[in-house]
Amino acid sequence: MTKITYIAHDGTEFVVDAEDGSTVMENAIKNAVPGIEAECGGACACATCHVYVDEAWSETVGEPEAMEEDMLDFAYDVRPTSRLSCQITVRSELDGLVVTVPERQA
Amino acid sequence: MTTQTDVLIIGAGPVGLFAVFELGLLDLKCHLIDILDRPGGQCAELYPEKPIYDIPAWPIISAQELVDKLMEQIAPFNPGFTFNRMVNGLERLDEDGFRVTTDENEVFEAKVVVIAAGGGSFQPKRPPIPGIDAYEGTSVFYSVRRMEEFRGHDLLVVGGGDSALDWTLNLQPVAKTLTLVHRRPEFRAAPDSVNKMYALQETKALDFQVGQVKELIGEDGILRAAVIKGPEGDVEIACTRMLPFFGLTMKLGPIADWGLNLHENLIPVDTEKFETSEPGIFAIGDINWYPGKLKLILSGFHEAALMTQAAKRICNPGERVVFQYTTSSTSLQKKLGVT
Repeated sequence: MTKITYIAHDGTEFVVDAEDGSTVMENAIKNAVPGIEAECGGACACATCHVYVDEAWSETVGEPEAMEEDMLDFAYDVRPTSRLSCQITVRSELDGLVVTVPERQA
Repeated sequence: MTTQTDVLIIGAGPVGLFAVFELGLLDLKCHLIDILDRPGGQCAELYPEKPIYDIPAWPIISAQELVDKLMEQIAPFNPGFTFNRMVNGLERLDEDGFRVTTDENEVFEAKVVVIAAGGGSFQPKRPPIPGIDAYEGTSVFYSVRRMEEFRGHDLLVVGGGDSALDWTLNLQPVAKTLTLVHRRPEFRAAPDSVNKMYALQETKALDFQVGQVKELIGEDGILRAAVIKGPEGDVEIACTRMLPFFGLTMKLGPIADWGLNLHENLIPVDTEKFETSEPGIFAIGDINWYPGKLKLILSGFHEAALMTQAAKRICNPGERVVFQYTTSSTSLQKKLGVT
């Protein structure tokens, strides 16, 4: 199990045990983290699971692929550490990962 | 002109398409209306290339392939299609049946209406800019119906896809000034359009800025400027018209106003006929709700088959419905054109 911390927009922290191979979005939905909508169900076809990856984790998590970059165009207040959480696969090296949920989803 | 049909299906996604097959086996003629420009619904619009793994007997099939196969399967029944239209109005006729109208004022009359509208109709996504709703319809538009409406305006186009680029190029000659704003210098549009845009920027015929719209400035719905958050901080850009292109989202739309019972924006149905609270109006696929509902394509197919039995009784009252298998029934095989 890999620990992920979600920080909701109001500052509330949700610490979740995530199974490797699942996505950061799926674990947010499973644990009812507010502000992650995932309208398309994880097909990288909307931009409603947008998160900011904590800067300390940015390099380990990695850069979005081209398709995800395209989708991020539809998100609100995109920053250099923005990712769509459905495109981040949980793996052991992400143990301790911290992501912040933006003010609003597109 | 009024189009007459037995069954009017709202939504041409996989479930609406398969309903044509089931209804066709019982000799019911179908017409489908969809807001998209082609069949397939979410499968075609959101994830055509993505594999689906839970269609019975297809260990893997892409969404577009599934749509193509369904179109092939229903071809013998020759359904009517009306694309690029949103269904606006629905009224019950004094005699049997319903009258359905579209946003372009086409009229359809049908004995039965089947709502297979999935997550609702695809509509332009409203970018989450605070206060944007105050400008919608006066200064902010999500589509271009007539180019003349933009003549002589300081125009701000936002987005990096084909719609944004195409309208940038088309409206540049009529606009007073045109600014294109996109989050990054890469586009997901045809390279040719991007090159043309950069060429126009070279000659200062338009301005391209990297950034995101943060705030709109104006009063009483009249836009004056937009604040763009760019790499070097905030910039104010004068504009009187804005065209944001942020893709499509699904909204229930006018269906919400038809007097049907709703359950969290879904349409409750029974699980025998999949009929709504209004007799003669059925709802199948992702748009319906009942205890235990799963939003699976295969559930929608099952719902289509059962709905068909009830629709047949409404369209041909008194006629005995004989249950038959396509494998063995020569009369069904004749309808399918395989004998």
